Amino acid sequence: MTAPVLSVRNLQVEFETRRGTLRAIDGVSYDIAKGEVLGVVGESGAGKSVTGLAVIGLIDRPGRISGGEILLSGLRIDNLPPEEMRKVRGKRIGMIFQDPLTSLNPLYRVGDQIIETIKTHTNLTDQQARKRAIDLLAEVGISAPEKRIDGYPHEFSGGMRQRVVIALALCAEPELIIADEPTTALDVSVQAQIISLIKRLGRDHGTAVMLVTHDMGVIAETCDRVAVMYAGRVAEIGPVQEVIKNPLHPYAKGLMGAIPTLAGEDKRLVQIPGSMPRLSAIPPGCSFNPRCSAVFDRCRIDRPEPLRQGTQAVACHLYDRATETAA
Amino acid sequence: MLAFTLRRAIQAIGVMIAVGIIAFAMFRFAGDPVSQLVAIDASSAERAQIRQSLGLDDPFIVQFGRYLFDAAQFKFGVSYQFRQPVSDLLKERMPATLELAVCATILALFFGIIMGVFSALRRDSLMAKLFQMVSLIGISLPTFLIGILLIYLFSVTLGWLPSFGRGDVVKLGWWSTGLLTLSGWKALIMPSITLGLFQMTLIMRLVRAEMLEVLRTDYIRFARARGLTTRAIHFGHALRNTLVPVITVVGLQFGSVIAFSIITEQVFQWPGMGLLFVQAVQNVDIPIMAAYLIMVSLIFVTINLVVDILYTVVDPRLRATISRPA
Repeated sequence: MTAPVLSVRNLQVEFETRRGTLRAIDGVSYDIAKGEVLGVVGESGAGKSVTGLAVIGLIDRPGRISGGEILLSGLRIDNLPPEEMRKVRGKRIGMIFQDPLTSLNPLYRVGDQIIETIKTHTNLTDQQARKRAIDLLAEVGISAPEKRIDGYPHEFSGGMRQRVVIALALCAEPELIIADEPTTALDVSVQAQIISLIKRLGRDHGTAVMLVTHDMGVIAETCDRVAVMYAGRVAEIGPVQEVIKNPLHPYAKGLMGAIPTLAGEDKRLVQIPGSMPRLSAIPPGCSFNPRCSAVFDRCRIDRPEPLRQGTQAVACHLYDRATETAA
Repeated sequence: MLAFTLRRAIQAIGVMIAVGIIAFAMFRFAGDPVSQLVAIDASSAERAQIRQSLGLDDPFIVQFGRYLFDAAQFKFGVSYQFRQPVSDLLKERMPATLELAVCATILALFFGIIMGVFSALRRDSLMAKLFQMVSLIGISLPTFLIGILLIYLFSVTLGWLPSFGRGDVVKLGWWSTGLLTLSGWKALIMPSITLGLFQMTLIMRLVRAEMLEVLRTDYIRFARARGLTTRAIHFGHALRNTLVPVITVVGLQFGSVIAFSIITEQVFQWPGMGLLFVQAVQNVDIPIMAAYLIMVSLIFVTINLVVDILYTVVDPRLRATISRPA
């Protein structure tokens, strides 16, 4: 078996603050294979975006990667010197941010921004780079690209700008694309287009995609596998159908129960009581224990590690054999 | 774009007419000019004769019309104290002031932007902190004090630079320039520093604040995610975005530099318009004061116009709003 495109091993990210060190990511591990789309879901502040930023090496002071390792196609990238990491960014890992309205520099033509990126990572001449930029714009579904290439960002609509952003992320044919809430700022109708575009591009180029979102609909539609994050840890990870139909972790169960359906069942949506703990006040043991309906003594002392359950992996003592035999 | 420029130009003319009214009002309300012109023992017949020859007995509106018409052709009457046309006096003095102001502004821009960018990018370095401290001095010390300190250090103690005047000047047509002689350059150094220091610190602080702001934006983060070089991000993407407010401030400040060069010119006895103005105030030489007012306003208005047009060069979004007026 070839090495996965992205392999995150026991990643820890910490932020130094005046009131002490906050651990935003605490022991996160996952793999993404070639051509696979991994969804990362969770509440705000669960560490979804920070994971993405850590992979592309854009964690800024006072944050830092304090443990674990990140491997890109088998090569360790979390400890590369800044200049080497810069060459990885944009060339081997592309990133798409949430708000296409602010992702593009308003003072430069979109073509110039694309050409600049292409020329940074390849040896193409100006003309070749321009040609490639036009091809990219056409590929992400912008009509009349040879004309639009000379437009400024403010001349594009939100959805069109996100297409430009995607084109920018694709410039150098990266192995991995990190899409951080790529559709959150867009209209619903445009969301579907952008999602299917990302999906198609990932399939056509064999690119691995890490899709960070809190929209379970998007996850269900797009992803092959999904990781549910809670308070800086992966609560559950597995094939998307399994996790949605048969969630194991109590938090994942709650999350899936909170999705409204159009099936017409006249039931109240299930809420998870309480809210996610602040990073400065994560409880000992399982960080979900104060909100968990199935909590028992061990949850308050021992931190659960991910355990394999069929195709899924879940970090919950309910699925630990030791617990079962003890009970 | 053309319509926009034209609209702004018409507004500028409106402003100039308003300034003309104020300048003209100075003649009417700052005492009787005739008493300045004639001897104390002049007879009332003599006074009436002068009054008539200068057109001072015409109706207000006629006098005002005449004044505007003349002022539009840069004819500002005759100075009371020098008995020379004011326009000749201004022509003689303007090059000195403009050379000083331009030199001070270039100095301020050059060092202000470099120091601003540096202290934004290396926020925690010792150098950046030093710049911040120097800028505090530049902002809080009054201009004349800096001038006097410089004179004390470089003219009195070290004897390197002249303490007053323009040095040797060369005539290019009616424009006298000090930029073609060594002594002219030497004489220019200290006044330029004195005049430009405040602007420099202002620009430095502005660039620093704007740059820090821009570096936090999403498009800079996205530029980093695209793997662009730090150089391209800082100087291509970030700096250009900081320039819009800098252009505004520098433009407006250039007007102030000219208008407030009065103090610097006084300290260094720089033979410019400011010095002329101070002499005019001391001698109630209203034609010069009025002409100075109009010239400074004209410079301000022109700069504002240029700044408005420059915006559109830097920021394409404004081009769109201008060509499609809402």
